[in-house]
Amino acid sequence: MTSTAVPIRTDGSPSAPGKARAGARRAKRRRTVFFFMAPASLGFLIFFGYPLIATVYYSFTRYDLINPPVFIGFDNYVRMFTTEPLVGTAAYNTLWLVVVLTVCRVVFSLGIASVISRLKSGVGLVRTLCYLPTLAPPAAATLAFVFVFNPEFGPVNRFLRLVGIDGGLWFNSPAMSKPALTLLALWGSGELMIIILAALLDVPTEQYEAAELDGAGSVRKFWHVTLPSISPVLLFGVVNSIIYALQFFTQAIVASSASAGTADVAGNSKLIGAPQNSTLTYPIWLYVQGFRYFNMGYAAAMAVLLFIVSAGFTWILVRQLRKSQHQEEGA
Amino acid sequence: MTALAEAPQKPAGVPPKVRFKRNWDKRLSFIATHAIGIALGVIFMLPLLFVFLTAVMKSDQAMTASLWPSEWHFENFVTVFKKAPLLKYFGNSLLYSALATAGALLSAIPAAYGLAKLRWRGQNLFFMLTVAAMLLPPQVTIVPLYDLWVRMGLTGTLVPLIVPYFFFDAFSIFLLRQFFLTIPKDYLEAAKIDGCNEFQAMVRVLIPMAKPGIAATAMFCFLFTWNDYFGPLLYTGENQDHWPLSLAIASFRGMHHVEWNMTMAATALIMAPVIVLFVFAQKSFVKGITFTGVKG
Repeated sequence: MTSTAVPIRTDGSPSAPGKARAGARRAKRRRTVFFFMAPASLGFLIFFGYPLIATVYYSFTRYDLINPPVFIGFDNYVRMFTTEPLVGTAAYNTLWLVVVLTVCRVVFSLGIASVISRLKSGVGLVRTLCYLPTLAPPAAATLAFVFVFNPEFGPVNRFLRLVGIDGGLWFNSPAMSKPALTLLALWGSGELMIIILAALLDVPTEQYEAAELDGAGSVRKFWHVTLPSISPVLLFGVVNSIIYALQFFTQAIVASSASAGTADVAGNSKLIGAPQNSTLTYPIWLYVQGFRYFNMGYAAAMAVLLFIVSAGFTWILVRQLRKSQHQEEGA
Repeated sequence: MTALAEAPQKPAGVPPKVRFKRNWDKRLSFIATHAIGIALGVIFMLPLLFVFLTAVMKSDQAMTASLWPSEWHFENFVTVFKKAPLLKYFGNSLLYSALATAGALLSAIPAAYGLAKLRWRGQNLFFMLTVAAMLLPPQVTIVPLYDLWVRMGLTGTLVPLIVPYFFFDAFSIFLLRQFFLTIPKDYLEAAKIDGCNEFQAMVRVLIPMAKPGIAATAMFCFLFTWNDYFGPLLYTGENQDHWPLSLAIASFRGMHHVEWNMTMAATALIMAPVIVLFVFAQKSFVKGITFTGVKG
């Protein structure tokens, strides 16, 4: 790095004034980097680094924000795994979403993207229409869905009745609430769809032509040409969806209270998770424990567990991002 | 290569009947894919259409299974402002989104420049930590952060939501870095030969060239903060005076739980700015999204 900056003398060593100049240049360089990176580094330390470490400390304490934290060792963790029943329910609901939502989201986005990629005209329009719902504020989108999926007068059940199917209770039944939330998430998965669409349009057409000459049908072309060349994007989609499902919060909390009819989300915590805790996700229970019951230590312990799980997936995604970057730089 | 060169001649060897059939297959699949495409577009739009149609119904019709308004009550959009202080909530949302976006750009542009155009030790580490900060659930760090703001006496206001953006917004840094990487270094070097220092090179050369990327980043930041629910719930939860729209809308249904038409009118009103923004800036959105994907 510095060897290009330091003028090499024929006698093999830079002269004293040259050395001083190089040192000054290096100091100036360091100042420049400091000038550009200082605010972000400071912000990173205060708003991410410190709280990440402090969470671990708090997880070993009993703390209610008013009295100073009391060190209690592993009690929070023990309670989490043994006596407290709802944390299990919350973890189960989140795990359900991680599995079902991830699979549905990736398959659905891939399906839509491949339909759009085949269109000869109107690609832009269809893409726009499919992407637009992604932008709707989650709280508003959830309200819209609670209405659309209303068991009595919602358009969905009305339509199902028209074709002779008895529509479900959707957000009002513990069995259907998570599938309904999944549909809501799919409605807003246009971002992943656009990423996959971009990858699909990037598959070299020569490969399809070559496969065609070898007599491959559309199914085999999909398996042997399309899938291998977009697999990095699909992996991105899977990990991205898992992270999305692990954080699932707004839609679940709004749906639970809005479907119960007396929603006052900021005030009333009795409805959270309704019906029958079927929409109580892990981040929601963390929030309730910490910021409604003021069990900050317990919430911190839940956060540590959430961190361990999401850090694993984040690591996979970061590695994937770096790999594709190296490929790009190499190309 | 030879296979490709032969390709155009191949259809000539195909018997006419097969070619005819193949044309039909092509036409059929053309019709099928376009039909599916249109259907998809319609299905995705339906919920939004239902929101709008219900928003202009009379309140007793909104409680029935009818889809089409028998009377069009556009004044519902005005009435809803009288039912709840939506204008105040709208103002709070705007304050949060506008200040946060300004702060994010102010802090993220130099950081992204440092990551994309300077060379220093720890650069890769910083970038990876930024990506990690972007991906980890906000709940992971929320306990100490909340504690911090409580001790400063600033909970119940929008301050804890806005201030961090003036220092570090991982997503903006990430997205801007991706945009900056696409701008050739030669331009910056030319500017430096002409006597610019790094800061001048950034302000006079890079920023003008990266305008579309900066616009896309600003829009994503605005959108994220406009849609944010968890942050406001946490920090402004008890203080209704500082609620943004996203929080107000969720409780609106509780306050007027019989009136679906009013709830949907309010829902349409919070969606509207976002949709307008998108219509005007579609291209930057699409570009920004593909940049966040693996196509770094």
